[in-house]
Amino acid sequence: MTTPSELYQGVILDHNRAPRNFRPMPEATGHGEGYNPLCGDQLSVWLRQDGEQITDVSFQGSGCAISKAAASLMTTVVKGKTRAEASAIFDSYHRMVTGRGGPADDLPPKLAIFAGVREFPARVKCATLAWHALKAAMDEGGGAPGR
Amino acid sequence: MTSTGSAGTTAGVAEDGLDVSRVRRDFPFLRARINDHPVVYLDSAATAQRPRAVVEAESDFALLEYANVHRGVHTLSQRATARYDQARERVRRFVGAAAASEVVFTAGTTAAINLVARSHARPLLRPGDEILLTEMEHHSNIVPWQIVAQEAGAVIRVIPVTDAGELDLDQAAHLIGSRTRVVAVAHVSNVLGTVNPIPVIAELAHSVGAVLLVDGAQAVPHRRVDVQALGCDFYAASAHKMYGPNGIGFLWGRRELLEAMPPWQGGGGMIEVVSFDQTTFAPPPARFEAGTPPITQAIGLAAAVEYLEALGWEAIERHEATLLAEATRRLAEIPGVRLIGNSADRVGVVSFVVDGIHPHDVGTVLDLGGVAVRASHHCAQPLMRRFGVTGTVRASFGVYNTLEELDALVAGLHEARRVFGG
Repeated sequence: MTTPSELYQGVILDHNRAPRNFRPMPEATGHGEGYNPLCGDQLSVWLRQDGEQITDVSFQGSGCAISKAAASLMTTVVKGKTRAEASAIFDSYHRMVTGRGGPADDLPPKLAIFAGVREFPARVKCATLAWHALKAAMDEGGGAPGR
Repeated sequence: MTSTGSAGTTAGVAEDGLDVSRVRRDFPFLRARINDHPVVYLDSAATAQRPRAVVEAESDFALLEYANVHRGVHTLSQRATARYDQARERVRRFVGAAAASEVVFTAGTTAAINLVARSHARPLLRPGDEILLTEMEHHSNIVPWQIVAQEAGAVIRVIPVTDAGELDLDQAAHLIGSRTRVVAVAHVSNVLGTVNPIPVIAELAHSVGAVLLVDGAQAVPHRRVDVQALGCDFYAASAHKMYGPNGIGFLWGRRELLEAMPPWQGGGGMIEVVSFDQTTFAPPPARFEAGTPPITQAIGLAAAVEYLEALGWEAIERHEATLLAEATRRLAEIPGVRLIGNSADRVGVVSFVVDGIHPHDVGTVLDLGGVAVRASHHCAQPLMRRFGVTGTVRASFGVYNTLEELDALVAGLHEARRVFGG
């Protein structure tokens, strides 16, 4: 049995209260939108790429603690990574939150706090919304919904 | 067990007249445990649980008497037809319709509204004509009108909602005019629980020759509906909001309006004579019931009507008013909880937000304590924008809810505030 405090760990609450890289990015090279039709939440993700490398990433929007913390932690994790590395992290993270295998070796440890989300299928979308928007931003397909 | 003050009790006949412990025995679902807690189901406005009597009426029919309707000469088909017709008659009496032929079975409220938008409104809409909606409508009473308005070049106008969560009738009087063809309004708001003054709106609509459609989805489980007294022209509702099966609802329409409407779906059962040159359509309601209808569900809907009427409207209203008053009082006491809407005339629906905690997170914490609420925009995004929120937490009450269950709701909200450091 999960308790509220197990799902809402301190790090998640911290990032919810004080999200990192929470700002628009006028000089962005890519932009993606995530929209959750279930709750009406939406967020924007911006990034700057130098060749294959993501040199800066930011987000803004409204959302629940899970989606905001997931977006915030995502920005801290993918900054400095290549597109391929970021995609690989998302795949691994996605497997974890959907309960299809535990956290893989290549998953940055700080993302493991979202493992509890697998017990809440309705919240998987919250945990992955920013990542889908990031993908859209990397594909420079701004406006693609985060489904 | 006795009660004190004005509060009802869960055991024995409460002073509000509803024997809730007996009612609860009719709903086996309520014995379920969710996340190691007894279920506290406060989401009846999304869909209500079904009593044994409804499910047994459906299963008895399905297991012992099932056949298609209006088709066979055999005994079973004739019996099924009779049961289906009886269900229609039950609904006729339930809403106070003049004739059973004014009751069309549909897949639900959404389908009923779409039927009116498509078959009544679309043929008569001209460019510049107006459809008047309200700011508190469910998406199902917005989108069908937008679709036909767009096709016809018609304009959507919207009656605003006041801070109390009521329709601004002064504005309504200004918004309605000679170009208004249809007024479509919820009888009861699915978010605020507000009961709208339908007779007043009906008079307004009819003063300019417009027809009034009432979305009754949220009203039918709570209040006795009398379409004559309401003065509307169409009334749409769903069985699953009133302790009946999902997959069926109904549209009541004034006979002359239904008779003037073309069919919206073609198929078997809605015709008189078919050739490849021409088809003559059956009169209402068959005209609007193409294909094999939801027969078993109609039997279940009739059983739900019987169940509600056996409980008695007065007892239901009093019980729910007690729950609503107590819930409102206790929620208002919790720091950081802001109630949305406080109309004087309301059914058992409470919407609120908690400072600094997203409705989804509130919903998850409550769920972990076994409390089922809805946390979202409730398919009423314009109303969310009106109140400056993306969503709310909504607790909605049914005949089976108790004052003790409010303890679990309140405890869960305190827990959410603790977890989030409120």
